[in-house]
Amino acid sequence: MKKSDFQMKIAITLLSFIILSGLLAPWLAPYDPNEIHMAVRLQGPSKEYLFGTDALGRDMLSRILYGGRASILLALIATTLSMTLGMIIGVCAGYFTGVCDIVLTVVTQIFQGIPGTCLMIAIAGILGPGMNHLLLALVVTSWAGFSRIVRTETLRIREQPYMEGLRALGAGTSTLLLKHLIPNMLPNVVVLFTTRVGRSVLSIASLSYLGLGLQPPHPDWSVMISDARLHYRSAPHLIIVPGLCMFTLLFAINLLGDALRDRMDVREEEVKEW
Amino acid sequence: MKHYLLQKLFSLFLVLFGISLAAFVLGILTPGNPAELALSKGGYSPTPEQIKEIEIEMGLDVPYPVQYVKWLNRVLHGDLGTSYASSRPVRQELIERIPITLKLGSCAMVVTCINGILIGCIAAAFRGKGIDKIVQLGINISLSLPAFWFALLLILFFSESLGWLPTSGNGGIRFLIMPTTVLALPASATAARLMRSSLLAEFGKPYYLAAIARGTNRFEQIIKNALPNAIVPVIALMGNTLGGLLGGSVIVETIFALPGIGSYAIEAIYGRDYPALQGYVLVTGCVYVLVSLLVDGISLLLDPKVRVGRRRL
Repeated sequence: MKKSDFQMKIAITLLSFIILSGLLAPWLAPYDPNEIHMAVRLQGPSKEYLFGTDALGRDMLSRILYGGRASILLALIATTLSMTLGMIIGVCAGYFTGVCDIVLTVVTQIFQGIPGTCLMIAIAGILGPGMNHLLLALVVTSWAGFSRIVRTETLRIREQPYMEGLRALGAGTSTLLLKHLIPNMLPNVVVLFTTRVGRSVLSIASLSYLGLGLQPPHPDWSVMISDARLHYRSAPHLIIVPGLCMFTLLFAINLLGDALRDRMDVREEEVKEW
Repeated sequence: MKHYLLQKLFSLFLVLFGISLAAFVLGILTPGNPAELALSKGGYSPTPEQIKEIEIEMGLDVPYPVQYVKWLNRVLHGDLGTSYASSRPVRQELIERIPITLKLGSCAMVVTCINGILIGCIAAAFRGKGIDKIVQLGINISLSLPAFWFALLLILFFSESLGWLPTSGNGGIRFLIMPTTVLALPASATAARLMRSSLLAEFGKPYYLAAIARGTNRFEQIIKNALPNAIVPVIALMGNTLGGLLGGSVIVETIFALPGIGSYAIEAIYGRDYPALQGYVLVTGCVYVLVSLLVDGISLLLDPKVRVGRRRL
């Protein structure tokens, strides 16, 4: 118990620091993140430019401050969307048994059987850059994971005595689902959401690095690393600083997920079935 | 047992169908007219009549379901189309590139198995002690490192500063060390975490307490008594791991300039070479399904409990 409390505190501190600096970026940033100064390109850290400048002379500190905004926001949106979709399908499959369950389970199985990252790269690649395309690629390849877990949970809760009692009292389907079944699933959903946000951040970062996600000149950590591919050997700070930021963000999310899992006593299944 | 196998066979068929459908739909989603894309190479702009002609030749003038059946028929006969970029059969190009990805993937898989099992066992054996805490921290760190950043850091350190390893390219085992490390790191961490929790779950069971009561030593208890039971979910995880490795190989092959199918996919995307990308989705999908099937078979052989447990689902 103590350990997860400690983890939780570290995670929340790190996350609030990252989120706050992202939110306050317009006021904190000393320069415009996209302002080009060819005269001061590829400078190391100095008093004037705390984290140095990149190949176009843009201030690294300002770009770092702005750098997490888009990916965090996109990861939250993508995870919420795929979770909503997964929950609707999972609850329907688990609650309304029979043909509905079979059809939905088969569809879920098909989506789970396709290697997700490969398909995600292919979708993002074929549709071309753009926020909507990025979201589509993420949601299509991740909703099935939610759906399967939610279905198992629904099946379990459905058979609980209190559900039967409510049914005997004459509660309608919508009351049962919205007021009793879904709230009982909440601890699992919260843990699942946290870990999946981390995964989405990582996916968006990988796609952006490959040039299939967020596009330059957008100030984003992975775009910055991707931009620095030609120069990082002579100017390592170009990849070290944005990478550290991304690492800290992911580490904090993972830590939070672990702590929540400990506290709420849920076990996420690592192995998926198809 | 028979019921289980039939069910498995049925879902195998469904998943293969899903993969073929996904690859086909990707082809439809391509922006622009495929006939025009196929013709307009090297700055040549085709006339509308030529496009019409090619459309009919490529079978693009019939409804999508008919196109799908025709396309599937060709694919089942081993014809994956012609690459726009090189005008060579996609099948040929994939066959040339698969061995490299396979080599990289199997290296990463072996490293993952060894690391995962070993580290997981050590962490479980010293539960709550310093080593366990370090392992847990290490697992969290490994899962938080973006692969592309880790790969660039390795290059910076081992190739640029120390000069021990070649930066990129395809050659002997020395060229595979860094790519394998990058691929195997998150996979090992996931495997070690599962191995640890799975062992800890076994430690509370009556047979394990009986083993302790018999006075066997701790090493024997873990390796001989708990491990055979605890390893089953870890082996089942390896099927998933492969999916992750296939996806990860895209980034790793791109950074380390390995000509495998991962970098083929990226070249296909950059070059708008859609038949090549379709071929990539089909091949990775099939490899994934087949290996998952193999992994399922292995866990079935290792643990008869699995088939009983799964039948209930």
